[in-house]
Amino acid sequence: MFPLNKDKLLLLILRVLTGISVASLLFILFYLFKEALPVVQSNSLLNFIQDDSWYPTKGEYLLSPMIIGSLMIMGGAMLLSIPFGILSAILTQFYAPLWFANVLQRITEILSGIPSVIYGFLGIVIIVPLLAQFEAPGTSVLAGVLVLSFIVLPNIILIASNSFAQINPIYIHNAMSLGLSRYAIIRHVIFPQIKSSLFGGIVLQSGRAIGETLAVLMVCGNVVQIPGSIFDPVRTLTSNIALEMAYAMDNHRSALFLSGLLLMIVVLVIVVLTENFSPQENKL
Amino acid sequence: MRRLQWLNLLTFTFTLIIILSTSLMTSCDSRKPTHINNKTDQISGRLNITGSSTIAPLAAELAKIMESKHPDLRINVQTGGSSRGLADARQGTADIGMVSRALKPSENDLQSHLLAKDGVTMIVYKDNPIKELTIEQIKDIYLGKIKNWKSLNGIDKKITVINKAEGRSTLEVFLAFFHLNNSDIKPDIVIGDNEQAVKLVSRNPGAIGYVSIGTAEYNVKAGTTIKTLPLNGVPATTEKLASGEFPLSRELNFVTKGEPSALAQTFINFTKTDEAKKVIKEFGFVPIK
Repeated sequence: MFPLNKDKLLLLILRVLTGISVASLLFILFYLFKEALPVVQSNSLLNFIQDDSWYPTKGEYLLSPMIIGSLMIMGGAMLLSIPFGILSAILTQFYAPLWFANVLQRITEILSGIPSVIYGFLGIVIIVPLLAQFEAPGTSVLAGVLVLSFIVLPNIILIASNSFAQINPIYIHNAMSLGLSRYAIIRHVIFPQIKSSLFGGIVLQSGRAIGETLAVLMVCGNVVQIPGSIFDPVRTLTSNIALEMAYAMDNHRSALFLSGLLLMIVVLVIVVLTENFSPQENKL
Repeated sequence: MRRLQWLNLLTFTFTLIIILSTSLMTSCDSRKPTHINNKTDQISGRLNITGSSTIAPLAAELAKIMESKHPDLRINVQTGGSSRGLADARQGTADIGMVSRALKPSENDLQSHLLAKDGVTMIVYKDNPIKELTIEQIKDIYLGKIKNWKSLNGIDKKITVINKAEGRSTLEVFLAFFHLNNSDIKPDIVIGDNEQAVKLVSRNPGAIGYVSIGTAEYNVKAGTTIKTLPLNGVPATTEKLASGEFPLSRELNFVTKGEPSALAQTFINFTKTDEAKKVIKEFGFVPIK
């Protein structure tokens, strides 16, 4: 099949690497499943949505508020950062003067490299006291959404600018020579082409956003409940694990592994759903 | 042809999984026997200590000092809560278990060795005019019956109740002392470690929380904007804790199954030396006289 030995070697290396990544994913799933099994066996699955609350040391394992909490924080952050991210990328790619665009690009790159715990810290010091002036104590869904938006935003900008940059300039030149306005070019020539790559990038970011732990833990208040307003505290699945893992025993520990398993399932569902509904590339 | 390649990949993946899991499982029980070499007066061997996360950082520090004196000694300190300390000591998986409370009568199959005492204190914002809260008032605050500092003759500000996450030993000590159920508490914020409570209280004039006395004292000295509240008229200081007057306190214990092994005994003896007591004080605990 392959005339050259180098091809065989490459194939072997690729197989080994793919094997390792697939194996580690399966191993993580298998391990989470194995560790989560005891609590599922000693309780029915209904307990995780029907118990009164989350008091794992007393055998109450209500997990649904935390799933909702995770989705709320992630959804809110994506809703905030996607429009800002795409608009900001349009600005740097098509409207801003070159020197300004370069400065913005560098700043965004630096921002995306800042560890999320720093954003969490700034959240505690700046955002939480600010929100506390409207409604004490400030640690809330809104604080989590804001901090997470700041974490995700630079990456969305970079993804969007990269997709814009990939467009063959011939299309733009042709559109311009046809006398189309800048808005028309962006909206009707460029956007249809980059829709799917942009969408893929955003999905990856939402997976990262739902997995964000420390920054969210610092500003969300971590009370297990379905929040009634955006000023109420909330606990996410990731915070739950980080808060209690070091001290958990037996079924408590097992329930935390179940939180981890659920988190992976939520991410898988997001990826699979978006894969199916992803917009098709419009070829010109 | 494509199918065959997929099959290859699958078999490869599964062999990898098997290799990974078996290597993980075998690596768990590679423990060596412990012994003391008396001829050279050099202590060597391995000591496993597991349990309470309150004691673990202190035990790790003490272990480090002891290891530096005896290069052939390896002390392995792991956390996992007091209940793990009890379970591991009982099963013999650990030479010493760490338990941050007094042993119950039902646990008298284990020997306890008192290491130090630790206190838990209520903390509020530094400029909060409240001077003292009674036990009933603290209970009412945590049960959500008192919602504003005004009802306690304080400022007109909503009380932010800070509670600890499930499984923390400070939470257990707090609940036991105030006879509260965690499910009855109406917290505004749930947090993990002591430092997080200090950070939140120091930035929120309406907040109340509870932390280890050592942590509180260290932060007050460092100028953090928090203050401790006395309990039953006794100020929350390490001195009052040492004298036994401060009521909200707990024992930090080492437990062993029967008589400790020679190596474990050497370590326990070391924790009673002046050098070790200095370290214990640095951690904000009160050493035993």
